[in-house]
Amino acid sequence: MPLLPIILWTDALIFLLLAAIAGFVWYVRRHEHLRAPWWRVAQTPAAMSALVVLAVFIIVGLLDSVHFRLALPAAPGTQTDRTAGRNVAYAVDVKSVLDLLLASIADRPERTYSAPLATHAYAKEMVERPGTGGGPGTQIRDYPRLKYGGAHLRDPQRDRQADVLLTGFRGVALAIPLWLLVSIMLVAACTSAEQLASRAFWHALWSGKTEVPWRAILITLALLLLLVLPVALLSRHYHVLGTDKVGLDVLYLSLKSVRTALVIGTLTTLVMLPFSVLLGIMAGYLRGVVDDIIQYFYTTLSSIPGVLLIAAGVLVLQVYIETHPDLFPTSAQRADFRLLWLCIILGITSWTGLCRLLRGETLKLRELEYVQAAQAFGVSQWRIMSRHILPNVMHIVLIAVVMDFSGLVLAEAVLSYVGVGVDPSMISFGTMINAARLEMGREPMVWWSLASAFVFMLALVLAANLFADAVRDAFDPRVRVGIRKLRFARAEA
Amino acid sequence: MSAYIVRRAIYAVFILIGVNLITFALFFKVNTPDDMARLQLGVKYVTPEAIAKWKAERGYDKPLLYDGTATGRHKFTDTIYFEKSVEMFRFNFGRADDGRDIAYEISTRMWPSLALAVPVFLVGMLLQITFALMMAFFRATYIDFWGVVLCVVMMSISGLFYIIGGQYLISKLWNLVPISGYAGGFDALKFLALPVAVGVIGGIGSGARWYRTIFLEEVGKDYVRTARAKGLSEVVVFFRHILRNALIPILTGAVVAIPLLFMGSLIAESFFGIPGLGSYTIEAIQSQDFAVVRSMVFIGSALYILGLLLTDISYTLVDPRVRFE
Repeated sequence: MPLLPIILWTDALIFLLLAAIAGFVWYVRRHEHLRAPWWRVAQTPAAMSALVVLAVFIIVGLLDSVHFRLALPAAPGTQTDRTAGRNVAYAVDVKSVLDLLLASIADRPERTYSAPLATHAYAKEMVERPGTGGGPGTQIRDYPRLKYGGAHLRDPQRDRQADVLLTGFRGVALAIPLWLLVSIMLVAACTSAEQLASRAFWHALWSGKTEVPWRAILITLALLLLLVLPVALLSRHYHVLGTDKVGLDVLYLSLKSVRTALVIGTLTTLVMLPFSVLLGIMAGYLRGVVDDIIQYFYTTLSSIPGVLLIAAGVLVLQVYIETHPDLFPTSAQRADFRLLWLCIILGITSWTGLCRLLRGETLKLRELEYVQAAQAFGVSQWRIMSRHILPNVMHIVLIAVVMDFSGLVLAEAVLSYVGVGVDPSMISFGTMINAARLEMGREPMVWWSLASAFVFMLALVLAANLFADAVRDAFDPRVRVGIRKLRFARAEA
Repeated sequence: MSAYIVRRAIYAVFILIGVNLITFALFFKVNTPDDMARLQLGVKYVTPEAIAKWKAERGYDKPLLYDGTATGRHKFTDTIYFEKSVEMFRFNFGRADDGRDIAYEISTRMWPSLALAVPVFLVGMLLQITFALMMAFFRATYIDFWGVVLCVVMMSISGLFYIIGGQYLISKLWNLVPISGYAGGFDALKFLALPVAVGVIGGIGSGARWYRTIFLEEVGKDYVRTARAKGLSEVVVFFRHILRNALIPILTGAVVAIPLLFMGSLIAESFFGIPGLGSYTIEAIQSQDFAVVRSMVFIGSALYILGLLLTDISYTLVDPRVRFE
């Protein structure tokens, strides 16, 4: 075996989450009343554009969630017996599929900082200048050439601009036919499915009159392709977003941070969801002593300041890791365990809000006729809660899950800054910002790490916010009434 | 009404006891003093004697809950729980790892925290309400639409970037105020101007959007239709009827945050070098000073519970229906 698959805790949970989403989609497709609100989401242009952007982030995150350890090349002298595969030694560092795909930019470290697309380092150093005619070289202070950035250029001063422009142009030239291909395939699929004339469909598409906002989706896709392909081509020869203090490519760091952000944003709610749903419904339905105990429990937990509870939890974990080093053979497994722990602690601090909402809604629902009818028929309490109450509060759960996502992504950066976030060895937006912050005082300023973290985070969080808003508008009956009133008021005016 | 408040106050005390037990369990049971000593001393220098000395210095060398060797009252008072956790109710927090009295530190560091947090809270709320009011007044027009877009973009930016951007632009590029630091008296103004501005701007996005939904909820109510039917102008309806009624949920919702202003802001204080309680907490977390973290958890919870109590009281003041429940 050339590689040893490693399933980290968070990987397992991510794939569990994927399976759950797939099951949910399958379930929704078969139920008309559940399909309707999702159909409303699909008709919102902002939400669908956001979904395209989110899909890119999710693909990056998933590629980064398949981990393994590569086999080391057999040391000279040992027998390379293919049949006895047990003796293969594996590398200590855990890699992911994304690492392999990005190997060309990940494995080209410079010595230290360099600006985006630079060919020379950011700071002056002593450089050897070969003497003329084989004489002894002289040493001068100058900006040294980078080892990899623009290494293919013979005269960087003269050629760099033209080369960058040409490569970028090539990327654009590649993006346009690719985009056209996707659009044509889309039109072909839509017209054949709905028996439409393709010309009429084109027309409807470009005037934005299709039910699913294909125009917005295609424009977003075009912008993404125009951005991604030139960057991909440029990154073969340059550090497109520069390098950080130890010379790592910032583009690579930003892409690796995506998984950390996605894990924190999704697993935190996933981990605590069963508790908040179960306790919330139980408190609302059973009332009495159960209600008092559960209320007391969540009020107590929520009155501890979140950051401090997280800090206390992480300190506890640090002690645990120190005292049980044998449980974590690789640093990746240690960092991953800390990430999972952070999700759990964040979940503990954030589940109480949802629990309170569910309790309130259940209190309302339990007085409705259909619940009373079920009680009169002698349906057991658990069955009423799971068959009659739970499906009718799911929209609240769904809204909470999508609304929490962006807040958690932002919280990660702050917590990592405080020092109670992810493991310092784990690449995340928080650790990137934290490292870059110390370079604020430099002259000229090292701005590219901060700027990259800013752009990536803004894209992710903004897309998540826009999508979450559409989901909330589609699922929350109260908001829907509000919108109808607004439309009405507008028609009056 | 007083019976209701007394009932809530008794409930608050019980919650505070619960918090106290949770923090005790977290800091002494899950994470024993031996573990803390090992972490603090560093793995290399751990010897049983060093751990015993570390524990004795901090008074952690006693039984957790019950001391069988002592007599009478001391069976319970001569324990870690009594000395470290119960004493907190008397605001006796013990000493930090650097030997300073935590209660004294808190009483001096409270003022810079308040000097930053109170203006941010007041100015921020005023701006958020104004902005939300504008969007709600021009609802379903382009002003509303782009206002909401601006809010969503602003709330999608991490608070860290507001601070970093503000420091870069105002302090470094334009040299208007110092990047960080603090001084007492009127000198504090020039150190506080930027943190307050950054704090206010950072909060506008989510705050204004939230208040806008409250205003819009109010717009759809029956009394508004009645007011319009009476022939009142839109401006009068909006500022005399809607604004007043919407302020009730807004103000009662804000009450819970008031006591927590004492805690200061973790991030802003440490970025701007303001010697408040927020930066005190961060320093304690980073140097793993368990005594300080424990005290701050207790104080923070106590203030939050106080906020809940104040919220209950404010509800009974503005909404008579609560009193009769």
